[in-house]
Amino acid sequence: MKTTETPAPVPTGPELPVTKADTPSGPPPRRRGQGAVLNVFSHGILVIWAFMVVMPLLWAVMTSFKDDRSIFGSPWSLPDRLHFENWGRAWTDANMSDYFLNTVLVVGGSLVGTLVLGSMAAYVLARFDFPGNRFIYYLFIGGMSFPVMLALVPLFYVVNNMGLLNTIHGLILVYIAYSLPFTVFFLTAFFRTLPTSVAEAAFVDGASHTRTFFQIMLPMARPGLISVGIFNFLGQWNQYMLPTVLNTDPDQRVLTQGLVQLAVSQGYKGDWSGLFAGLVMAMLPVLAAYIVFQRQVVQGLTAGALK
Amino acid sequence: MRHGKYRFVVGFLTLPLGLYALFVVWPFLQSIYYSFTDWTGLSPEFKMVGLDNYRRMLDDGIFWKSLRHSLLFAVVLPLVTISLALFLAFMINAGGRRRRGGPAVSGVRGSSFYKIVYFFPQVLSIAIVSLLFAFAYNPDSGAVNSILRAVGLGGVQPLWLGDPDLALWAVMAVLVWSTVGFFVVLFSAGMASIPADLYEAALLDGAGRATTFFRITLPLLWDTVQSGWVYMGILALGAESFAVVQIMTTGPGGPDYSTTVLVLYVYQKAFRDGQAAYATTIGVALLVVTLAFAAAVMRLGRRERLEY
Repeated sequence: MKTTETPAPVPTGPELPVTKADTPSGPPPRRRGQGAVLNVFSHGILVIWAFMVVMPLLWAVMTSFKDDRSIFGSPWSLPDRLHFENWGRAWTDANMSDYFLNTVLVVGGSLVGTLVLGSMAAYVLARFDFPGNRFIYYLFIGGMSFPVMLALVPLFYVVNNMGLLNTIHGLILVYIAYSLPFTVFFLTAFFRTLPTSVAEAAFVDGASHTRTFFQIMLPMARPGLISVGIFNFLGQWNQYMLPTVLNTDPDQRVLTQGLVQLAVSQGYKGDWSGLFAGLVMAMLPVLAAYIVFQRQVVQGLTAGALK
Repeated sequence: MRHGKYRFVVGFLTLPLGLYALFVVWPFLQSIYYSFTDWTGLSPEFKMVGLDNYRRMLDDGIFWKSLRHSLLFAVVLPLVTISLALFLAFMINAGGRRRRGGPAVSGVRGSSFYKIVYFFPQVLSIAIVSLLFAFAYNPDSGAVNSILRAVGLGGVQPLWLGDPDLALWAVMAVLVWSTVGFFVVLFSAGMASIPADLYEAALLDGAGRATTFFRITLPLLWDTVQSGWVYMGILALGAESFAVVQIMTTGPGGPDYSTTVLVLYVYQKAFRDGQAAYATTIGVALLVVTLAFAAAVMRLGRRERLEY
């Protein structure tokens, strides 16, 4: 991010100090005053926004350790003691463990599938000239700007007719299909930047196209695969609309769906502390992963928009 | 690299393209076709009804209401989010105290800390964020109203999501909260690549910070701002607005349809009311709005690309 600044070569100007001893170097006093005011002001604003981002999250964590009575009585009070049993109830009674497992299965399957199929299509589109190449490419990237909900109405029946409704593998196939537009767009651009000479050399040495792809090109494309992989992982892990429409069986629910259903059913069960524990449980792994892989995550998520 | 080329191309494209065609392209085309039928979605029989659905849509008060809300989302959300993000990003990158012998414009201390924190909501599911804020907005026991009580505004206790005039704005605030960080990081990266001597020159010419921002930073960042604008608008018309409205507001759709947006209306017509054909008609309207929005932003925002 930061460009390391070597001390700027002393600009020649009339206002520059002649000797370091008596006149302080740097900007003239007026501008320094302005800079300081601005500095305090900008720090103030930045701290306020940081506070606004963090507070709701801390509030959720705090609430997950409180009992129901104090959640409603005094939303901002600290818990009287740490009610870890909320977490236990959420994990077992509220089926959070099942939701986690379902999510891991769906996202695991679709992430691998997206990367394999996406890179295959992108490689061919980036490196081979054939009639229809442009058409297929635009067909893929067109999917990025179309409202998905429009397709979901008939898709529900397509999936149903294939017997894939409410199945994990059905959801995986749909996730892959809807992740392809961005993946193909991103990886096509990436494969175009890779040098052609290595692949040609492999080819001359008698490697087939397929072998060249898997043994030479894929390893070379690793940075791109990581970026787009993180992008897809977060998108698929956090997906809400697709499972809401296509995955209505209570046993197959993924995390986001499960939590929403839990919130709805709490209306009569009244276990709010358990629900908060569930929410925090779902939040923490993603936040922790983000903090650890901060640079890669930011790169992965902003990569598309910067192109 | 000739032999076996076509076989290889076909072999590699069949699976991804087939999956994409079956689950994405084909349903899209079907959708447009269904909008001219009376298909309920419950039984496989249907017949063509011409433009009946479209006529019905034009007379449907709820459709117009949700269209208005969706347009509001598409205009207000990018405007607020991107302005706030530009402001914060500029503060991060140019708000620093000028150091002795340092560059003319420098970032505040702890800039990477701010960027890390601001990005938090971006990695969370919009569903989780929506649930969290649905509680925070609870009029009696929610975090927001109890803050108001704590600072002595006990008389001001809005119903938030229960108030037809406020619900939509309360929902939009959540989307702003959750997306600003992404754009701060995005714009920061862009700002960091603007050469420091441009600022140097502007400051020597006596330009203030505001002038520097509008005359140097913004024009050089314009491409990023523009694509961010389209990206945010598409989110605000589509998946994100579906999740927040469906999860947060009562109904869902708010008291007196005050928060119903097009994408939610499509969902309800298709999967709640058994009017699949009519749902696809509204979906086509949503498609038109989305494409028109993207085209308008690209057109209005067209400028000469600046090289630096």
